[in-house]
Amino acid sequence: MELVRAHILVCGGTGCTSSGSKAVQEALHRELKKQGLDKEVKIVETGCHGFCEQGPLVIVYPEGTFYCQVQVEDIPELVEEHLLKGRILQRLLFTEPLTQERVPHYKEIDFYRKQRRLVLRNCGYIDPEKIDEYIARDGYVALAKVLGEMTPEDVIEEIKASGLRGRGGAGFPTGLKWGFAAQAPGEKKYVVCNADEGDPGAFMDRSILEGDPHCVLEGMLIGAYAIGSDEGYIYARAEYPLAIKRLKIALAQARELGLMGDNILGTDFCFDLHIKEGAGAFVCGEETALMASIEGQRGMPRSRPPFPANSGLWGKPTNINNVETWANVANIIRNGAKWYGQFGTEKSKGTKVFALTGKVKNTGLVEVPMGIPMREIIYEIGDGILGDKKFKAVQIGGPSGGCLSEGQLDLAVDYESLGSAGAIMGSGGLVVMDEETCMVDVAKFFLDFTRAESCGKCTPCREGIQRMREMLQDFSEGKGSLEDLDKLERLAQTIKDTALCGLGQTAPNPVLTTLRYFRDEYEAHIRDKRCPAGVCRALLTYYIVPELCRGCTACARVCPTGAITGKVKEPHVIDPEKCIKCGACMEACRFDSIILK
Amino acid sequence: MKMVNLTIDGCQVEVPLGSTVLEAAQKIGIEIPTLCYEKDLSLATACRMCVVEVEGNKKNLPAACAQPVMEGMIVHTNTPKVREARRMILELMVANHPLDCLTCEANGRCKLQQYCYEYGVKESSFTGERRRFTVDDGNPFIERDLEKCILCGLCVRVCDEVQGVAAIDYSDRGFDTKVTTFMDRGLADSPCVSCGQCVYLCPVGALTAKPSKGKGRDFEVEKVPTTCGYCGVGCQLALNVKKDKIVGVTNLPDNHNQGYLCVKGRFGYDFVDSPERLTTPLIKRDGEFVEASWDEALDLVAQKMAKVRDEHGPDAIAGLSSARTTNEENYLFQKFFRAVIGTNNIDHCARL
Amino acid sequence: MATLKNLDDLRKLREQVKGELQERFGGEIKIIVGMGTCGIAAGAREVMTEILQELRTRNIDALITQTGCIGMCEREPLVDIERPGEKRVTYGRVTPKDVKRLVAEHVLHGRVVEDLVVARFDEEEE
Repeated sequence: MELVRAHILVCGGTGCTSSGSKAVQEALHRELKKQGLDKEVKIVETGCHGFCEQGPLVIVYPEGTFYCQVQVEDIPELVEEHLLKGRILQRLLFTEPLTQERVPHYKEIDFYRKQRRLVLRNCGYIDPEKIDEYIARDGYVALAKVLGEMTPEDVIEEIKASGLRGRGGAGFPTGLKWGFAAQAPGEKKYVVCNADEGDPGAFMDRSILEGDPHCVLEGMLIGAYAIGSDEGYIYARAEYPLAIKRLKIALAQARELGLMGDNILGTDFCFDLHIKEGAGAFVCGEETALMASIEGQRGMPRSRPPFPANSGLWGKPTNINNVETWANVANIIRNGAKWYGQFGTEKSKGTKVFALTGKVKNTGLVEVPMGIPMREIIYEIGDGILGDKKFKAVQIGGPSGGCLSEGQLDLAVDYESLGSAGAIMGSGGLVVMDEETCMVDVAKFFLDFTRAESCGKCTPCREGIQRMREMLQDFSEGKGSLEDLDKLERLAQTIKDTALCGLGQTAPNPVLTTLRYFRDEYEAHIRDKRCPAGVCRALLTYYIVPELCRGCTACARVCPTGAITGKVKEPHVIDPEKCIKCGACMEACRFDSIILK
Repeated sequence: MKMVNLTIDGCQVEVPLGSTVLEAAQKIGIEIPTLCYEKDLSLATACRMCVVEVEGNKKNLPAACAQPVMEGMIVHTNTPKVREARRMILELMVANHPLDCLTCEANGRCKLQQYCYEYGVKESSFTGERRRFTVDDGNPFIERDLEKCILCGLCVRVCDEVQGVAAIDYSDRGFDTKVTTFMDRGLADSPCVSCGQCVYLCPVGALTAKPSKGKGRDFEVEKVPTTCGYCGVGCQLALNVKKDKIVGVTNLPDNHNQGYLCVKGRFGYDFVDSPERLTTPLIKRDGEFVEASWDEALDLVAQKMAKVRDEHGPDAIAGLSSARTTNEENYLFQKFFRAVIGTNNIDHCARL
Repeated sequence: MATLKNLDDLRKLREQVKGELQERFGGEIKIIVGMGTCGIAAGAREVMTEILQELRTRNIDALITQTGCIGMCEREPLVDIERPGEKRVTYGRVTPKDVKRLVAEHVLHGRVVEDLVVARFDEEEE
């Protein structure tokens, strides 16, 4: 046995990879070799730790010292100090913003302390490309338990009892869904993993696939056993090359060990998986469109019923769950439904992984128990608003979700509460916005996305989103009337009521919720021709504050339309009629005397 | 068969389990507007005109064409909410559709026009971007004007599911979605067989039968049921006649051909008024064709056939029958050869 | 890798592979080597290398970690050994030659190597 005294875990998630973790890893290899430590210190590339804001992340075990924003230049010092001299390199530790204290250990950082990492329990701990490490962390024990001690009915009952609900957005009870597929008549049945994560800013599923692919495979194996399926598909976005690579490695390793394929663990149970790469259509995350895409058809949704449980892939009974749902399964089987029931609320059990982004200090991937107040996620885990500005809204559930305002901050984050507030749990996007965010602009952003991603099949979605977007454009330019707000609301409601699939039915949510919670802001645009957040360019005017202007003429010289006049050493003036709002004057001014208002 | 009872607009109806609300409504004569529904084709559930209110469903307005019936279901097809939704959908369609009904070939049979009339949609209150396309008129029989297309998808489905050709399908996404041919090359450069099923099913003026253009609209023509003379299938069709001239052909559904036709039956009627068409038998006398009566002509043929048989025996004559004749005629023809002429030299072109 | 034929195979494999993760996140026996500048100057690196080598040879599951200068520079290299539930003992002026003895006596059998002892802790003080 080779003995290693220290392990350096370098995050190889997509977030840290893009901030340079690969180069850091190579530098570490070089430096360890140079110092002659390469035999006793081992480098492990792990999946995402979630704290992407602070990447590239490097954690040194056994001490568990957590280093943030590690650059290639830091490596010689890091190796010399920590690994040669045994001293923690203070300057690379995370600084708790509130106390300004440097925090050496992972679990002591607020960002992690408030979390409950069940689904992400292996992410960042194990090397995702080694099945051994997954097995060492009790991997495939749940599968063995299911095959050895439980009937398919027992498994379904256990999942039902756990209260697990679909993590893809709608929150349908997973056990019930499995039961339907199990009862559906037919020899051939499929299980599918929906890994077509497409919400802008959401990367929960990618991180699970990259950091702990085996937990998804194990979940699918258990599901397949429960419903009586021998074949499955993982539909993953082709834009997730690392996730796909690791899935393929995991699949090959599982096959080699006989955990995938024929007669798994010596039983009669046979199951294997295909990985299908999607071409990047958001709508293919909708289950009927996803199945059409696997079948080689254009990815367009169809009407339900029939539900996939009865008529799915190639007309066969099919059970579709998303990555995070599958990732919960092995934990539940291994620890029992009762254990799982201690997390979350009465109707929303367990945890939910969110991608926390936007104007919040700590961004990244967070796993919290269901029912946690929104305020805690934003102010404790996220450590509040960037630059200590005022909180304005939080968008939950991506383009299908809604914008909640300050009044909803104490709302419990669970399926029911979010639904009643006009938002949805969604797949887990959480975008925090501050006072400098314009809500009309936010609605425009999300509609730009859904407009581009609508499949074009049904009228309300194809034509309606376009018209909503055009009306929002008018509002952001101060055009339109207050009656138009009612018209927009009626149009949004019609789309919600009549669209064919989930994409269309939820696309108006950003409009409906911003109208519900921020109507005054819309009115300000239309009635007062003013954008309160100072975002909508058409409504802003450049203005020179006379008290600050020194009359240096720098602005007048760069103005392309000659809109700025004034004598040397006297305050200048902008003629709003001539101004084309290019902003050149503002850049040229050395005294910050030009403002937008 | 298990039956299900439900209430639609206060009327009780019993239908087989597995029926849809639309089928149940049709059974008791309640009309629900549809643009993308066709009973022979797969469901698209795309137009959303057939939305209805189902008691207990607070989530949305389901489409009647896809909503399965359930025991005790209570459906309302004409509430203010439903009408408002349909009006909005029509406004959305009209916002992206030329209002040139004055010169549109579909005027009078256009379902969009009909529903706009019913729901009082004069014009759209939405102004904004409109799709722009050039007309695809490369095919000699079918003209496609995609600006009028409402993307109901009937043409796509009939081409694939009935004709088995799949010359057209959707391309692009969202607002830019269109029905197109392979690589957008146009119908003329596609596997299209010009059967014209798509033209017949198109609920608006996006697909036009070119030979009928400008010759009369639906309300001006008399529809004369007849049997296609091109082959033994004997498809039933309706000749569209205006002032004693055939100006077009439309489907005559509920027949053995379910109304569907091929390119000959649908577009091949111009011979009827051709000056070159034979109207009497001709007999060649002194190297010239001379008009004759049917009696004269048939007598001549009978006389010559009898002569050949008498001089050279029955096997000196052979008969080849045509696929354009009916089964009954083919039966008589072989009977004539075997029983009257006395030979087995009889064959049929379709056997080759 | 051999195919897992039954549940027992999986259990065995798990036991086998658990080692490395235990190593990473902490085994039961703790060995701490003082690796401050003073320690290194006095030969702590060689001691560390020797300890690793010895543990490897004997296939011992222990947590080897390091610490900085604790102020007793003249006694460096310092090595602390702590067995679960037992007192932590600090040894001083440890040379690579002593390592075999420390491992065999203290690490494996809990017998303190008295001649090298510098200090004993009643509780963990860090």
